[in-house]
Order: sequence, then structure tokens, then C-alpha cells
Amino acid sequence: MATTTPTRDAYVPPPRRPQKEKPSERRQLWRSRLWRFDDKASPYAYIAPFFLVFGAFGLYPLLYTGWIALHRVSMTGLDSMEWVGWENFDKILHDPEFWTSVSNTFLIGVISTVPQLLMALGIAHLLNYRLRASTFWRTIILTPYATSVASAALVFALVFRADGGLLNWTLGLVGFDPVNWANGHWTSKLAISVIVIWRWTGYNALIYLAAMQAVPNDLYEAASLDGASRWQQFLKVTIPSLRPTILFTIVISTIGSMQLFGEPLLLEGGTLGATGGNENQYETLSIYLYNYGWNLGHLGPAAAVAWAMLALLLLIAAVNWLIGRAVRTSDSAVRRGATR
Amino acid sequence: MTLTSPTPTAPVKRAPTPKNTGPTRPSRFRMGAGQQMKGGPFAYLTLAVVGFGSLLPLYWTLVAASRTQDEVLASTPPFLPGGRLLENVATAWEQANLGKAIVNSVIVSSSITAATLFFCTLAGYAFAKMRFRGRGWLMTAVIATLTIPPQLSVVPLFMMMSGLGWGGQLESVIFPTLVSAFGVFFMRQYLIEALPYELIEAAKIDGANNFRIVVSVVLPVARPAMMVLGMLTFVQAWNDFFWPYLALNQQNPTLQVALGQLSASYTPDQSIVMAGALISTLPLLVVFVVFGKKIVGGIMSGAVKG
Repeated sequence: MATTTPTRDAYVPPPRRPQKEKPSERRQLWRSRLWRFDDKASPYAYIAPFFLVFGAFGLYPLLYTGWIALHRVSMTGLDSMEWVGWENFDKILHDPEFWTSVSNTFLIGVISTVPQLLMALGIAHLLNYRLRASTFWRTIILTPYATSVASAALVFALVFRADGGLLNWTLGLVGFDPVNWANGHWTSKLAISVIVIWRWTGYNALIYLAAMQAVPNDLYEAASLDGASRWQQFLKVTIPSLRPTILFTIVISTIGSMQLFGEPLLLEGGTLGATGGNENQYETLSIYLYNYGWNLGHLGPAAAVAWAMLALLLLIAAVNWLIGRAVRTSDSAVRRGATR
Repeated sequence: MTLTSPTPTAPVKRAPTPKNTGPTRPSRFRMGAGQQMKGGPFAYLTLAVVGFGSLLPLYWTLVAASRTQDEVLASTPPFLPGGRLLENVATAWEQANLGKAIVNSVIVSSSITAATLFFCTLAGYAFAKMRFRGRGWLMTAVIATLTIPPQLSVVPLFMMMSGLGWGGQLESVIFPTLVSAFGVFFMRQYLIEALPYELIEAAKIDGANNFRIVVSVVLPVARPAMMVLGMLTFVQAWNDFFWPYLALNQQNPTLQVALGQLSASYTPDQSIVMAGALISTLPLLVVFVVFGKKIVGGIMSGAVKG
């Protein structure tokens, strides 16, 4: 990591070990040993808490999940584990509901992430103008971030109600018939995506804004000297400069959308929430896991779902990496052809 | 317009005059050398619409929380707050164990925040300014943990917590989040630039040991970043839903868990649910109004170097 290399060493070299050990120098020697130990051990002591906590409550459970997935464990008797081999995986992989929740997670992920990031990009561009009360605008746009999943999902559940919902009332004004949002396959996914988009667009916009402010002005000046319009500048200067940030937000949002839980759980609440709707039309993988483990009380299949999620995550990471590599290759090809 | 010209105080000129946008116009702001062109009416209008959309659900929470369920679900929904806010809050308070939930949320969020600040500053300092074997790949490992969703480990975590005797206890929510990878990364990025090696050296020459340096040199320098990280951590801990919902129960909930259970009851009264939602959101909204600028700056500074 090039950025972490310090320009010079912070450490005063430890005192040389004296050749002859006079009694008066004993203390000196002891102190310098202590000193050296302090220097060697301190960094590890400072980073140890992170690795201890992560090891105990992150890594160890992650691996242990794989072991549990091969057993029968029930919520009522957590101590008794019975070996069943691949049965749990067999069970979930042959469960159509599992595949429904995989595709639901994907679809909701796409229809929430793509518009969210595009909107965030546009909003960041506007916020990057010299504005009156710029802090005010930034704060207002970030406010949804202060709301919890639970409160947001519950308010939007009211907004998306089939009868007497705010949205259907508004649609009625324009002349549309009321829509049963939570019941439809697409409309329920749309409703959940709206909650996600509402909560996270402002956050992503601020991340983009920060990256935009780091773009050197010379690039824009050069572009406008070449006669590029503002739109062309946005496309040819802003977007390419933001590429690493955009990739970062795509990764973060993808991981986030894999985890959607509170939004679908609370969209209708009650028993419908725990199964993702009467036809599982908005059941995500997290809901499926929760339903198996905490509703039905079978922790083995729930652990198997967790490993299926891990596999999916690795798949997504691989695809991301391949796309990133393809983009970089074509990019450097372009750059080789271009002259600056 | 020169670099030193004061902020225009003249009455607002809202004419879309594309003046002075030539290529050699100097940037007026030191912060952000980006494209500092003046925003036109279109920018303000769009931002106003987006801002309205951001605030509307919050406003509607207030409206619904201060009316009866029948009014909220009427075919023409109400648009102004009613007068039943206190009654609804009182009902929600009884039904959802909100008093206990608030105390629990405060305990959980503040202990997580305090621990995160302490440990992440230490680790961030080590990664930023100390040399030790394995620093590079250990930092990579820290960042890599950011990509692991909590879903992957909740099943054994639940069993572990019950084995430790923490089933349904706040410890089961506090301990897994005592340190955060984001926090370590955030403090490291800040300290790389904010803490000069000269300060550390001077302290060493004065005979300070490493922990003394942390207390009297690193912590004072890190304070601004710690403020920001503290607020971000608090917001996150306060709003956390998935693991607390699995780990805690109705007798001992945090606010978010209580809220989830309130809505999962057989026939939830929507105005009561909204009163609960309002109570759980209000403290953070106050924090946002007071510290909005700092939080915005924190998110932006955490991102720009990422």
C-alpha cells in the first residue's frame, strides 16, 4: 500500500547494549529492554481488540455455520445436535420457495440499486454547484439516513396501503385505479425498493459529492477549452474520475441489498411479513432464513441458507471483479490511444 | 469575482444569467476544487423536490401519530396533524414496553459507541503511524471483513449467546459490535494526515511510553474525527434491526425491536405504531438538526479517501 508508507520512521533507535555491565547501568539496560518490548508489542496490542471481537463474533460463527448446516438443531433444544449430512442443503435446494427468495433478492437488489445510484449521481452533481445554504440542502437530503429500517418500513407500509394509502389516493387524483401494492409480484418489489431508495440515496449522493469535489478543476477547464458542453463534461470528466467511487458504492449497495430484512418483514407485518407475502412474492433470503430458524425453529436449514448466501456473495464478487477488470482493460486501451 | 470577494449580500438575483462561466474563472472555494459553477433555478427546484420527498414520510409519521387509526386509513388521508399525539404515545408506551426499550437503546448505543471510539482510535493509530510486521495485509483483512453480511453468522451466534447465558440479554447485542472495521479504517485515514510524526517523536524524546503517547498526543489530535465516528456509530447502533430482532425478546427489547413487535401484533393500530415510530426516530432527528453539518462532513470525509 503505497499511501501508508510513512516518510520517515517514528522511532528513535533503541540505545545500544553496553559492553561492560556496571551495576549502575543495570537499570538503564532493563529500561531499554522494556522500551523495545513496548515498541514491538504495542501495535499488536492496539489492533488486537478488533481481531479478537471479529474472531469471536464474526469469523468463528461464520465457520461454525457450516458445521451446523450439517446437523439437525431445533430452537427448543439448542444443545442437542444430530448429524444429518447434506440433508439440510438438499431440503432448501429442492424448495421452490428458496429459489423464489433468491430471485426476489436479485430483482429487488437491481430495481433498488440502479435507480438509487443514478439518482444519487444526479443529486451530487446538483449539490456540487455553488449553492446558497449548501449545508442545509445536504442535511435535508441526508435526513432519511437518520431513520431506522423499522420506522421507514412502517411509514411506507401506510403509504403503500391498498385502501386509504397515501399513494393510491394520489394516483386516484390523476385518475388511476387503486393498486394492491403488497399483493402484486412486481408492485411489492417496487414498494420495497422505494423504501431502500428513500433511505440510501442521500447517503450515496454525499459520497459522490465528496469524490466530485476532489476532481481537479484543470480537467474541466481543459474540457471547456476544447468546447465540451456541460453535459459532455459531466460524461467525459466527472463520471470517469468517479469510477472508483462508483464501483465502491455498487459493491456496498449490492451487499446491502443481499441483506434486506426489515423492509419486507414490516411491509405487511404479522404472519405475512414472516413469509414475504401470501405468495412469497417479496420474500428475500434473509426473510427465508429468519422464517426457517426463528419462525419454524429449524436452525439447520437456516444455517444452510446462510452458506447459500455466502456462495451467492462470492459469485457476485467474482462477477464484479471480472467486470472491473474488463472495464480497466478497455480503459487503458483507450488511454493508450489518447494524448493528454 | 476574485478569491477574496465576500459572499454576496445583495438581494437575490434569480435571473438565469450564464455570466462568468469562462474557463479561466477561478474557483471561489478552497474546499473542493471541483466544478464550482453557480446553481441555477433548475438546481434549486430539483433539490427542493428531492428534499420534499425526503421529509414527507417523516412529516406523515407525525400526522399519523397524532390521529386515530380511522382517520389515518380514511379514503382521503389527513394532511395536518391532529390532537391525539399524547394519547397515542401513552398507548404505545404501555403496549410496546417503550420505557424499557428507550433505556435499553440508550445503554446499547452508548456502550457500543464508547467502545468503538476507544478501540478504533487505538487500532487506527497503529495502522496509520506504527510500523510492524504484517501491517499491510492485516489492514486488508480489516477492510475485507466489511463485506461479510451479519446474516452469515447469526445462527451460531444465537446458539453461542444462549450458551454464554446472554440469550435475550443486551450483552448479546453489545459484544459483537464493540469494534467496527469501518471505524478502524476511518480513524486510520484521518490520523495518517492529521498526526505528524514530529509530535510522536517529540513525545518519545520526552520519555513517554507508547500508551502515554496515545493518551496525551493521539487522542487530542483525533478528537474531531472521533466526534464524527461517534455520531455515525451511534446512529447505526440506534437503528440496528436484524440481529437485535433475533436476539432480544418482548420483555427486553431495544426501540427498534419493540417497534417491530408492535407492528407484528395481531391487529396493530396504525396510529399507535406511528407514535412508536415517531418516538424511536425523534432523538436522532434532534441529533441531526444539531450536528447535521458535522455528520454530513463525516460521511463525505469517510468516503473521499475510500
